[in-house]
Amino acid sequence: MTSTLTPVRSKRSALTKGQLPKYAPYAVLAAALIIGAAILALVGFNPFGWGVVSAILFAVGLVSWSAAVEGSRKAKDKLATCLVVGSFLVALLPLVSVIWTVLVNGIPGLLDPGFLTTSMNGVTGAFDNKAVESGGPVMGGIYHALLGTVQITLLATVISVPVGLLTAIYLVEYGHDGRLAKAITFFVDVMTGIPSIVAGLFAAAFFFAVVGPGTKTGAVAAVALSVLMIPVVVRSSEEMLKIVPNELREAAYALGVRKWRTILKVVIPTAISGIASGVTLAIARVIGETAPILVTAGFATSINSNVFGGWMASLPTFIYTQILNPTSPSNPDPSSQRAWGAALVLIILVMVLNLAARLIARIFAPKTGR
Amino acid sequence: MTATPLTSTQGAGRAGDKVFSGATLAAGCLILAVLFGVALFLVVQAIPALTAPADKIQGGQGFFAYIWPIVIGTLIAAAIALVIATPIAIGVALFISHFAPRGLASGLGYVVDLLAAIPSVVYGAWGAAFLAKEISPAYGWLAANMGWLPIFQGPASTTGKTILTAGIVLAVMVLPIITSLSREIFLQTPKLHEEAALALGATRWEMIKMAVLPFARPGIISAVMLGLGRALGETMAVALVLSSGALTASLIQSGNQTIAAEIALNFPEASGLKVSTLIAAGLVLFIITLAVNMIARWVITRHKEFSGAN
Repeated sequence: MTSTLTPVRSKRSALTKGQLPKYAPYAVLAAALIIGAAILALVGFNPFGWGVVSAILFAVGLVSWSAAVEGSRKAKDKLATCLVVGSFLVALLPLVSVIWTVLVNGIPGLLDPGFLTTSMNGVTGAFDNKAVESGGPVMGGIYHALLGTVQITLLATVISVPVGLLTAIYLVEYGHDGRLAKAITFFVDVMTGIPSIVAGLFAAAFFFAVVGPGTKTGAVAAVALSVLMIPVVVRSSEEMLKIVPNELREAAYALGVRKWRTILKVVIPTAISGIASGVTLAIARVIGETAPILVTAGFATSINSNVFGGWMASLPTFIYTQILNPTSPSNPDPSSQRAWGAALVLIILVMVLNLAARLIARIFAPKTGR
Repeated sequence: MTATPLTSTQGAGRAGDKVFSGATLAAGCLILAVLFGVALFLVVQAIPALTAPADKIQGGQGFFAYIWPIVIGTLIAAAIALVIATPIAIGVALFISHFAPRGLASGLGYVVDLLAAIPSVVYGAWGAAFLAKEISPAYGWLAANMGWLPIFQGPASTTGKTILTAGIVLAVMVLPIITSLSREIFLQTPKLHEEAALALGATRWEMIKMAVLPFARPGIISAVMLGLGRALGETMAVALVLSSGALTASLIQSGNQTIAAEIALNFPEASGLKVSTLIAAGLVLFIITLAVNMIARWVITRHKEFSGAN
């Protein structure tokens, strides 16, 4: 009991006693960075190692300081915070690394003469060898692949959007949570998990059985992509239709409007922004799919603008084949330059679609009248 | 304006109702038909491989001798991906839902969603060109110092194109899936439970341990299962990164193969019985992922009934 009576000689208020000072994390961080740099200087400096060592030192330092001053409970809290923040930083690493790699390797490819306007038709290994040996420009481009991607994705969208939207309308407006609606919801969820290559095999197997063995066209690829796209469209449209207020429907019914006209003229226009952005996200998802196109549309090096006949190139399969089977096996550099250029174009496409989805959702959002 | 009687049997209107509801019903049934068709056509096209004499199948020992090493390879790759991705994904989800400043949280969520937006072939190219090269010294170190473990048995691959690299790339790809699902669940934790824990003097970590994680456990499990479904079926990351070969226990040597990559690498040039064999392999993959996804969905729907009480 005597100890509690002894006045504690401290400048700090009793309220903040037993707590780390506010500047503690910054002080520990600075110390960790300096010690980390010193350790790394001994074994050979690199920024990545510096970051890792400093982060470990920071966590150890802060947690042990906290354990000494604040006790084990607070120390555990600090440790958990360090781990959680650390895992977020670790998750950012691949994102930054992927985008950096694609930018650094892709920009030279994009700057090749005629990269966006020519195809790979007639570009042989000899051209690539010459480009490497005499430093000439890298020939060939992605026009055929870009055209293929746009056509296949458009056709897939034309198939998926009506089917997906009508299904969502059935689930929300007609299903009444019945057995069929429940079954559809469940299997749509299951369909979301179909591996993309299995979707490709399904389309291939279907057309092999119906049209004839070895049928590979852009349309087969579009069917494969639709299998992947429909569940995404259904899910997003369903969510959007569900949040349309029931008062709007009831007001329309009260005016004597038929159900189908209510849906077409009231419900869908109200939800159109969300539906459109969901569809855009679905397009962004399937535009980068490689495996289903690989097994359904084959590869092509020349421009093929007929979706229903002949093999067709697409951006993802272009990247894949240029990396795996370079045009000139002895000099793979021009091929990988083209592949990275195509990867940059593909990432830009996907990002633009994602941004467009957000913009659509914002611009066409129903006026709330506030 | 001519007044129309209220009870008029407006032919067009009534027919429109029927046609429209019929169309929506047809679309819903079409989805069921497609899923059924996926199974049916895969089975039909796979039958020749399943019934063919053993020596006609690649490898000459029948379909099951052909399929089981790549099933194991698929499972190994997916297991590596989940072991790496699960803790990080839960950490990231917790960071976004409970640690990050409110204003930043939605922006950070968008950053993680960007990871999901990057096409798989770009991840594959990144894994093959960048990650494999950077990580191969670490494999050398593992082989030298941890070589007594069968999974790190040397000699390590000098190119870094191993199943472990493929697993890491897969981990990056499933991370956003697990993160976004767990984040949703964490945000659904009843606010009263959290505040009660904090009011009793719990630190933030104790609050998370006592209120958030027990509530979210089924959700996390199903998120991990959905991530597993994705990792099992992912093709490009493995096809581009892994230099495939026979089944080996060592994760840092070249070797092993997954079903999806096996199909992608061989299907374009395949013909005849080989096509059937690969479609049969796809059927096996379909059944595995279907089972995994169904279990995950079942866990989620069961969980929904519980959380409805809150």
